[in-house]
Amino acid sequence: MKNTKVTLAGVELQNPVMTASGTFGSGIEYSEFYDLGRLGAVVTKGVANVPWPGNPTPRIAETASGMLNAIGLQNPGIDTLLERDIPYLRKYQTKIIVNICGKTIEDYCEVVERLSTEPVDFLEINVSCPNVKEGGIAFGQNPKALEAITREVKKYARQPVIMKLSPNVTDITEMAKAAEAGGADVLSLINTITGMKIDIHRRTFAIANKTGGLSGPAIKPVAVRMVYQVAQSVRLPIIGMGGICTAEDALEFILAGATAVSIGTANFTNPYAAKEVAEGIEAYMEQHQIADIKSLIGAVG
Amino acid sequence: MKSREFVTIIEQKKIASDIYSLWIQTEHIAKGARPGQFLSLYSQDKSHMLPRPISICEIDREQGRIRMVYRVVGEGTAEFSHKKAGEQIEVLGPLGNGFPLDVGKKRIFLMGGGIGIPPMVQLAKELDGEVQVIAGYRDELFLTEELKEYASLYVATEDGSAGTKGNVIDAIYAHKLEADLIYACGPKPMLRAIQSYAKEHGILCYLSMEERMACGIGACLACVCQSKEVDAHTQVHNKRICKDGPVFLSTEVEL
Repeated sequence: MKNTKVTLAGVELQNPVMTASGTFGSGIEYSEFYDLGRLGAVVTKGVANVPWPGNPTPRIAETASGMLNAIGLQNPGIDTLLERDIPYLRKYQTKIIVNICGKTIEDYCEVVERLSTEPVDFLEINVSCPNVKEGGIAFGQNPKALEAITREVKKYARQPVIMKLSPNVTDITEMAKAAEAGGADVLSLINTITGMKIDIHRRTFAIANKTGGLSGPAIKPVAVRMVYQVAQSVRLPIIGMGGICTAEDALEFILAGATAVSIGTANFTNPYAAKEVAEGIEAYMEQHQIADIKSLIGAVG
Repeated sequence: MKSREFVTIIEQKKIASDIYSLWIQTEHIAKGARPGQFLSLYSQDKSHMLPRPISICEIDREQGRIRMVYRVVGEGTAEFSHKKAGEQIEVLGPLGNGFPLDVGKKRIFLMGGGIGIPPMVQLAKELDGEVQVIAGYRDELFLTEELKEYASLYVATEDGSAGTKGNVIDAIYAHKLEADLIYACGPKPMLRAIQSYAKEHGILCYLSMEERMACGIGACLACVCQSKEVDAHTQVHNKRICKDGPVFLSTEVEL
């Protein structure tokens, strides 16, 4: 029996595969395709203290091997998440990670505090959404601000805190160190890369927000590089993501130093993607006679 | 459980410039499908990440077949158009809510514009009453034979090459047509005009909406439209076109 279990901040996951926030809702729609209990964790779409309406449409555009999105963190607010989504997810044998967004430190802390007594396993703090002016990116591009919000959130958190890092910075290792200094338990990276597409026939921006976050296989080499750099510079465990479509993609991130991986845009291309990545990792371990997946983490070189 | 599957193409035919008709064999989709629903079609080119939502044109429940009529607008739809009978295509569906059928009105307009015309074929087949199709084309006509089989057909063309010169509203006035129920599908400016026509005349009206989609199943929140009512998902005023729609009451959505 191959051991696919990994541990993040003392919490054991049955396998290293999870879903990237914003691409999987709260899992309800995807539970119509497969048993969510096949995943290490489900990461819910970013939730704020109150409902947010999001951006005008068009909110997305396809690009070569990827897509741009500027959904704008539309979300039902923490009350609905707690009443409707968390009880639903609890029916599955998987860990629950709640992604949190906010406009001010107080907003974040309010949601973190509300979740402190709830049956969720991790909190992921979104300080890297590029599509909302105050969607956290202000905290995610300045090391001092990132350290401060991490420290503040940690005061209220009863679950391990994952800080989700933006790639839209000069040196991501500085941001990783700042989050570590603030007391983060885990890092997740990368969020989307800010991009733009122009419709030359209409001579307008392809999405209403003008800029959007680029995701999908187009960004994978950037993401693998950043995971490797961060793994070299901090001691915290890393959840790696950015364009993972297959088990082979996921294994690149694990070898670069990620303890776990998230599947994002690939959920749109293939609703079974996350489950298939988990199965593919097992098959790889079988084929290469790897007894414990932990032996692969950061094993490149 | 929902399933995405490879299905066999029964027939692929070009029926106008850039317009293709595709019949697929899929018993379980045909069994559950209703007019106004759509399918997600998946490209096999890995550089295309998103499925293409294509409306259902006809349902053959006896033979377990679905017909889609679509316009080639880019590389994804071009890939579909190159597939021949006997080849496979990857689909998910049926998706969305479809048109409500039994609303107790007998004089009915089915208004389609451009690539919004195809869903009117199956709808015309399934409706009882005085069904009048008003179809708006840029210039070249398609699906007129099928529509005439199930309804009286009135055509409008932008260039005046067939039927009324102008749009579907112009055709209604030109033929002095009347109805107490409207179903419509087409580009946003057309839906906007129909929405205000329905309001002005106090006619019950259902609009099938279109927006760029990513997941197609209600998870990603890309394809929302502004609704008067608070939506069930986020409890703001954003209904999901792929999941809560694509068909909405005209009084419910802001265009």
